[in-house]
Amino acid sequence: MMDSKTKSSKPKATNVETKPKLDANKQSYKLQAKGVDVFYDDFQAIKNISLDIVENSITAFIGPSGCGKSTFLRLFNRMNDYIDGFSMNGDILMDGDDIYDPSVKVEELRKTVGMVFQKPNPFPKSIYENVAYGLRIQGITDEDYIEERVVTSLKQATLFSEVDENLEKQALSLSGGQQQRLCIARALAVKPSVLLMDEPTSALDPISSGKIEDLIHELKEKYTIVIVTHNMQQAGRVSDNTAFLYMGSLVEYGDTQKIFTNPEKDRTQNYITGRFG
Amino acid sequence: MNRATKSRLKDKGFRYLGMGVTISCLLVLAIFVGFVIYMGVDRLSWEFMKSLPSRFAAQSGIYTAWIGTIWVLAFTTLISFPLGVGAGIYLEEYARENKFATFLEINIANLAGVPSVIYGLLGLEVFVRMMQMGNSILAGALTLALLILPIIIVSTRESIRAVPSTIRDASNALGASKWQTIWNQVLPASFGGILTGVILALSRAVGETAPLIVVGALAYVPFAPQGPLDEFTVLPIQIFNWVTRPQHEFVVNAAAAIIVLLLITFVMNGIAVYLRNRWQKKMDW
Repeated sequence: MMDSKTKSSKPKATNVETKPKLDANKQSYKLQAKGVDVFYDDFQAIKNISLDIVENSITAFIGPSGCGKSTFLRLFNRMNDYIDGFSMNGDILMDGDDIYDPSVKVEELRKTVGMVFQKPNPFPKSIYENVAYGLRIQGITDEDYIEERVVTSLKQATLFSEVDENLEKQALSLSGGQQQRLCIARALAVKPSVLLMDEPTSALDPISSGKIEDLIHELKEKYTIVIVTHNMQQAGRVSDNTAFLYMGSLVEYGDTQKIFTNPEKDRTQNYITGRFG
Repeated sequence: MNRATKSRLKDKGFRYLGMGVTISCLLVLAIFVGFVIYMGVDRLSWEFMKSLPSRFAAQSGIYTAWIGTIWVLAFTTLISFPLGVGAGIYLEEYARENKFATFLEINIANLAGVPSVIYGLLGLEVFVRMMQMGNSILAGALTLALLILPIIIVSTRESIRAVPSTIRDASNALGASKWQTIWNQVLPASFGGILTGVILALSRAVGETAPLIVVGALAYVPFAPQGPLDEFTVLPIQIFNWVTRPQHEFVVNAAAAIIVLLLITFVMNGIAVYLRNRWQKKMDW
């Protein structure tokens, strides 16, 4: 499962923790954080994190509860903007452009950066309307196009075969795992290039979780995926690169296999082996 | 006697006390309603509904009164629904954490406690005199709308607050603007609660007498209103007027009119309960 795409680029000694290596010429950094601090009023939730995320790869954020990994994830689609007392320093770049620049429209950004939440949160509407929602709010009225997107997205999310008999069925009547895949389909329908996942399987049973993990792995072909997880095994199974956050700081970041087998920091080692956290 | 037995006895005692209090409240209500029905039910007829008020009790009816009530209710709804729901949305969604919102909030809470006759005086001065609407349906409806606005605002806010934030997040994360999220997700999810609040507020407005007397809803209107600027009377005022008469026949008329008024409020409350139950079932996440 682990891609070894580390052969050709030279590791930079100064920045080992924050630069996963690229496959020469084939990949680039989709998302970049540069010296990011986040404050909730006086509390500093993120402390000077710089980190680059490789395009079309899966990056996992791990760390104990309250370490700031969800806050950090939500920076990439600006979901923290609503929170009272939120402020930040530093830059978040997507394809090299600052997404916190005043000229950036948050609504446009979020069409490119989709998000899946911890608890499945379908709208109290039909399956079809759930997936179509993102398109409808963009003002798209071409029903043929919408239907095509709905079907394609449901297929991508490996849900279509389970629900194709009745797309008018109330989404809330689906099982938890199905609801979560519906939420993934809903995010995919607007053709994002990045998918943020905030503990997407923590509310699901192991079988449903397994399906979602398989799905995440398939989606890597087309999307840059960033996943926050509490589950060490999950991070090890699905991700290419792993970042370990602790108390708002980035402790270690790099190739998942290396982080899990031979971490550089004691703290990472201790967390991964379950000695704390 | 050990402690367990003691506390069980206390528990039992309190249960019977509570039951007794509840039953005596209901009993008073039942006696009142029963007495009114006993007095007035024979007087109820189509004739009674269709007749204009008269100085002869036997020829009197409540035609002008219930037509007036419907006119006033309709205009009160038209005015208070958009204003109250709009204000509720603003306070809950847009004005969360600033001093101005806190200031508004305190004042709305205060307004809910202002005696209704004060609203009547406000209506008299502002609508009837300053805006020269006269003793019209519009002036009465505006006054009642002001009276129930705080109730509608509060219930709108509570319904909106009950919508889980996960739904908002989902909509925002798909690139919806704030208004799109409110319009497409928050309002449909909270509409049952909002409607319930509005209907309950209106059923309170139906029974209001004092502010309308001050605004000048006449007790004797020899014609049914044709438009919003006509003079009018409403059921509670007609009832008030009749019970002040010394003749027993008029008191019987009042009892019959009370039955009609009670029916209207019961039906409205019934609709509110039905809507609340229906929406709760639908919105069970």
